[in-house]
Amino acid sequence: MTQAMSAFFEALRQKFGAQIQSISTDREDEVYLLVGDSDIRALAEYLRSEFDARLVTVFAEDRRSAESVFFNYYVFERKGDTRYLIVRAPVHADHPEFPSLSAGLPAVNWQEREIQDWFGLKAVGHPNPRRVAMHDNWPDVHPLRKDFPLGTVLPPFEGERHIYRPALGEGVFQVPVGPVHAGTIEPGHFNFAVAGEPILYLQLRMFYTHKGTEKLFEKLPIQKAVFLAESISGDSSFSHGTAFCQAIERAAQMEVPLRALIMRTILLELERICNHVADIGAIANDVGFVVANAHASRLKEMLVSLNEQLTGNRLLRGMVCVGGVRRGWDAVQLVALRAAIEVFASEFQDLVALIDSSESTRDRLEQTGVLRPEKAKDLGIVGVVGRASGVDLDVRRDHPYAAYGRYSFRVPVYQVGDVTHRMQVRGDEVRESLGIIRGAADESLHGDFRAQVPPIPADRCALSAVEGWRGEIIHWIRTGPDNHLERCKIKDPSLNNWPALVEAVQGNIIADFPVINKSFNLSYSGTDR
Amino acid sequence: MFKIIQKTIATGIVTTKYPGEPAQISEQFRGRPSFDFEKWKDARPATEVCPTGAISVCDEGGSRRVTVDYGLCVFCGLCAEASADQAVRITQEFELASADRRNLVLTAEYSLNTDRTHRELRAVHQRLGDLEEDVESVGQKARKNIQKLLKRSLAIRQVDAGSCNGCELEIVALNNPVYDLERFGIQFVASPRHADMLLVTGPVTRNMELALLKTYQAMPEPKVVVAVGACGISGGIFGKNYASLGGVDNVVPVDVYIPGCPPRPQALLHGILLAVGRLGERLYDDRRG
Ligand code: SF4
Repeated sequence: MTQAMSAFFEALRQKFGAQIQSISTDREDEVYLLVGDSDIRALAEYLRSEFDARLVTVFAEDRRSAESVFFNYYVFERKGDTRYLIVRAPVHADHPEFPSLSAGLPAVNWQEREIQDWFGLKAVGHPNPRRVAMHDNWPDVHPLRKDFPLGTVLPPFEGERHIYRPALGEGVFQVPVGPVHAGTIEPGHFNFAVAGEPILYLQLRMFYTHKGTEKLFEKLPIQKAVFLAESISGDSSFSHGTAFCQAIERAAQMEVPLRALIMRTILLELERICNHVADIGAIANDVGFVVANAHASRLKEMLVSLNEQLTGNRLLRGMVCVGGVRRGWDAVQLVALRAAIEVFASEFQDLVALIDSSESTRDRLEQTGVLRPEKAKDLGIVGVVGRASGVDLDVRRDHPYAAYGRYSFRVPVYQVGDVTHRMQVRGDEVRESLGIIRGAADESLHGDFRAQVPPIPADRCALSAVEGWRGEIIHWIRTGPDNHLERCKIKDPSLNNWPALVEAVQGNIIADFPVINKSFNLSYSGTDR
Repeated sequence: MFKIIQKTIATGIVTTKYPGEPAQISEQFRGRPSFDFEKWKDARPATEVCPTGAISVCDEGGSRRVTVDYGLCVFCGLCAEASADQAVRITQEFELASADRRNLVLTAEYSLNTDRTHRELRAVHQRLGDLEEDVESVGQKARKNIQKLLKRSLAIRQVDAGSCNGCELEIVALNNPVYDLERFGIQFVASPRHADMLLVTGPVTRNMELALLKTYQAMPEPKVVVAVGACGISGGIFGKNYASLGGVDNVVPVDVYIPGCPPRPQALLHGILLAVGRLGERLYDDRRG
């Protein structure tokens, strides 16, 4: 352990010596703190107040057969520290409860309820302990327990699917929408309480696209599971695929060749640009600027064709693999990459200028769907949405991975938190991404692009983080025997950010909901898994 | 306003001529894996790497039956990498849509050597011929059908019954200026009551089963259902599990299947035009009573 590191842990030991059973690390940037019981409230509060630590994610693991208990994992990070601190807290099988942190840390509201639903561990003191990851008409099962077989055929569901809180008050009525929406978008159920035009509040029921993904990870051989990772959220195939491969590489303690790291960086940034430009067009479209969207979708198509030329797939699928990437690029591909990037850069300028020239568009977006910085911080909002509301987080800078350490880029942060600024963050990031890609494409891309994968040892844990285009993606794994996984936790940034949508629509008119929603553009499948 | 017009003129026409002319696609694109069954000495390496089980083998005594299901394939190319002798090749073919699920499946039967490699090819069952109805004629027929029978427009209702959203991205791309679906008189509509075609992505989750069924029931007759992508056809990598019912045809009857992960826009267009043909037949049957 380094000096600074030991000072931090010395402080923790001093204060929580009785509770902390061990501090261990396989890798410098991932430290596990084993505690004696399930109550980590004091520790979490200390980390927050003394070190301004952020609770990144909370998840559980069924370790009854190996260690006769469940474990909850609390992942923390601190500003200016590239390490993740992971608190591992036992929850006893004969007393399956743990004290909830949600009252003070609304950021983990959904994630604690997910643990309740999927593992049957009760979050005691949770302010809203209703189901979230299973609809109300599901039977009482806990699919991520080890004694629940993946292929279980559940009986037909009966009874009410969602029990919403009633909307009370004179002239207040509820507008239910979904799960099938008017456009070609993913399914979810929205329940608006409105008084005339303005939205009083919004209740969400997600998890319509829940398809047993985390459980399925426990059944697939690791090399095949890469393809499952690519199917967690279609528009983030490469980011999730990379997050997964990184986790395996970390568990196997293997080196990935520099050439592969640089190629991954380029492809991660291409994924970001593709989605950002599409969103900018779609936001303009939702306030009636159809021509801007036509240009944006044409630009996106151009990038998607480039994706295909670089990886054989328009969504960048089938390229990343454990140990690197599956194919190198030849001179023709590199020339195509550089050329497309320059054409795109100049066309993108035109697009932004076009949108800026439309006063009516600007008018509709300014001060629409405001998410205040205090709220964003409280709710644990990440990614584009967070940065538009003062949350200065970016995994690429804070926990560098792939080849990001080699390039300089700016992380745009604004305090206003309206649709305009969520669009602005996207525009700024496109320009930064172009800079990263130029820098990376100028490096000499020679040598190995794929390392030999050693046998992957069983019972290794690893955390991997990627700044997907939406924000922070976390994969946490425990390896098992025979090239399989014991557990794979997936946190898509969308899971953090839905509560921010609820906050941002309040007081806005219902007609503005589509554009506000679009400015978030969260992944249902990434949330529901 | 001036800026808009200027930009529009400067950009020119970007719409593809497909299906009137062949699609312009990158030489890197991974389409259908094709199998030289005569040459293939061992199917097991491909089976072992195939992420979705699209290739499977069943050995019985001294013989082997190899099954390839394009309805499960995610076009990853691993089977080609794993197979010696170039017996498996990745082609650029993407017009794979079929009205018959069975057309997407091939089987080959081999006798085996003692080391369980293939000794002799005994039989190949493939109906892939039906698969390759040439897209130009599909397109022309569809245009005629849309004009004659549907009074110049076809309305599609899309339902995401549990997908990862990858297929939706390509469906949305159909409306971009490059693919411009509206040039065929085809448009996406919000209400199932206005729709002639239901375009469904999967796998169908337990939570979307009812919504899919209701949407289907709300559509007027005659109607066609198109299952999109490996997951829509078969459940894909997700298969069936406690939360997933697998392919769309486990919940509603399907008329056309479009393989891909996701199917590229031209592949979607090909499948949609094929389905228009089916709808045309059905309208014609209805009129004759
Ligand atoms: S290309 Fe298709 S058949 Fe071949 S390994 Fe991949 S999924 Fe399996």
